[in-house]
Amino acid sequence: MAITFAQAINKALHEEMKRNKNLVCFGLGINDPLRFFGTTKNLKEKFGDERVFETPTSENAMTGVGVGMSIHKNPCVMMHQRLDFFLLAMDQLVNSAAKWHYMFGGQKSVPITIRLIVGKGWGQGPTHSQSLQSWFAHIPGLKVVMPSLPNDAYNLLKSSIRDPNPVIFIEHRWLHEIEEKKILIKDSKKNIGTKLLNKGRDLTILSYSLSTIEILSMKKALFDNNVSYDHIDIATLKPLNLNLLKNSLKKTKKLLIVDTISHPICSIGSEILSQVFLDKKIKLKKNPILISLPDIPTPTSFFYTKDFYVSKKKIFNSIEKILERKLRYNLDLNEIHDVPNKNFKGPF
Amino acid sequence: MKKNNFYKEIYRLQKTIRLTENKIAKNYKKYKMRCPTHLSIGQEAVAAASGLALKNNDISISYHRSHAHYIAKGGNIKKLFAELFGFKEGCSKGVGGSMHLIDVKKKFYASTAIVSNSIPVGVGIAYSLKLNKQKNIVCIYIGDASLEEGVFYESLNFAIIKKLPVVFICENNFYSVYTHLKDRQPKDREFYKLANSLGAKGYRLRQNNPFKLFKELKKINEKVRKNPFPHFIEIKTYRYLEHCGPNDDTNLGYRTNSELNKWKKNDTINFSANYLVKKKIMTKEKILKLDQEVKKQIDSDFDSMKRLRSPKFKDIMKLTYR
Repeated sequence: MAITFAQAINKALHEEMKRNKNLVCFGLGINDPLRFFGTTKNLKEKFGDERVFETPTSENAMTGVGVGMSIHKNPCVMMHQRLDFFLLAMDQLVNSAAKWHYMFGGQKSVPITIRLIVGKGWGQGPTHSQSLQSWFAHIPGLKVVMPSLPNDAYNLLKSSIRDPNPVIFIEHRWLHEIEEKKILIKDSKKNIGTKLLNKGRDLTILSYSLSTIEILSMKKALFDNNVSYDHIDIATLKPLNLNLLKNSLKKTKKLLIVDTISHPICSIGSEILSQVFLDKKIKLKKNPILISLPDIPTPTSFFYTKDFYVSKKKIFNSIEKILERKLRYNLDLNEIHDVPNKNFKGPF
Repeated sequence: MKKNNFYKEIYRLQKTIRLTENKIAKNYKKYKMRCPTHLSIGQEAVAAASGLALKNNDISISYHRSHAHYIAKGGNIKKLFAELFGFKEGCSKGVGGSMHLIDVKKKFYASTAIVSNSIPVGVGIAYSLKLNKQKNIVCIYIGDASLEEGVFYESLNFAIIKKLPVVFICENNFYSVYTHLKDRQPKDREFYKLANSLGAKGYRLRQNNPFKLFKELKKINEKVRKNPFPHFIEIKTYRYLEHCGPNDDTNLGYRTNSELNKWKKNDTINFSANYLVKKKIMTKEKILKLDQEVKKQIDSDFDSMKRLRSPKFKDIMKLTYR
């Protein structure tokens, strides 16, 4: 039976809550009528409202409460329907969660997983659509995970919850309805941060989160054009393991980084470029390209966002530029740029 | 604790804190303890009374001026000294310094440096105690400036709706660094009333008689233990030395000598010593002997630092993650 990304999250939460009686889940809207985009369905019914609870609209305090619970006896999963609101909790994230194990000499760690949802389209605008994974990745003491497919969401959420360290788990809202045929259970202790989604010779395409889905949707067109490419998805951004990428680049010598949900400056994309550039064993034949959002905040208007977001055309054009040849492709003219699918009617 | 024994214990604790802090102040000027250090001299009564009013398995958590709270919960003094010197034998392996103290065994869970940062952490521990059906309470030390941080209100609100076993001890020493309360909060504000109006149980207690303070706090703690609910206690107190460091600072002009001397005249350690004699709980000689005993221990703990060796940077390279 097919399973969506949201159902995969839900399945992982149920299994971990059952497995660890001390695990606690909380967040504003966790028990709302839609159950947090369907990801927290039946959790409260199964595990009770002491372990699955609604919170006051107090992002900073509740993050600190999570730190307190998790250094005592109760690891936590905390969740925010939009990442942007979590910015109110930077003191507790950066000065408490990330530092605790280190600054108290390794005596207590903070097993907290923080789920952050990133919005896009339907006028989410400047303060409901920020994808700040590179901020979090900058802080020693945090881990950052950003899966793109239901299987990775399931397995990585489970390993994040079992991780004794704080993990920022970022879900792009447009991924929640993405389906895979079935869940393959992996050993959650293993690092399943990066994987090869397509194998080829001429080009390496690196992506994560929603960008990966965009590349997957272009698979047939690329195949029809005889583009032979490695497609690497990185779901664990911190710690960042680039072995798979580097090995691929030794073969293809051409790199396209598709980071369509992030601004370009000090981003995951620019970090990867810098690590590739600093590695003397890698000799690229062509200048690599980093596709990202423009360095301005997200506009709200339907008309502006059309040019703000990265189009498939732009990705095709970048591939043409690297490969130095024209590609033939049809763009779906019915596709609307600001919704994940035709059924999506907002509001968030 | 045997009946009446608490008198002696409170006095001993006050004296231990004072002499420890004096020792640090005196030696700080040798520039071997190289971290921002906020001394508690003048504020010992609150720490001693509140620390002893807790049970061993109760948990306390504090802020940047926390040496006294750490010691009052039984925190290891040798490890405190070592932490200030930056040795790996320190309570936080020398990584945290004066503002990041911990003694897990004694259930002193942490002190942290950012104003009000440890408040929600303490509340979270209290929620965890409740989930685990433990009968212990959490004592959260805060200062007057904490009431100016949003997270105080956020955390208290959560503690109230979840009926958590927390006691906030608010040490109001009137200054946030050099800035007086009158420049930071409305003139007529009473902290305990503010806490009451939010829905907590607010109290205003005094430090002048530490024994009385102890009994009052003990009573409140037992109430919280029996019927978990956040209680907020304001106690006015005063630091004798500068905000951060070992010196007198009245020369800076932000506070007056007469204000400082008024508090010094009512020094709570002198009060306790006189009280013990007056009530015939201890003789002058016995007190003197106790003082010497305390001093000898602190001197020997401090001297033992000479035997410690500088730690290696590589020891902390893998400390960021568990």
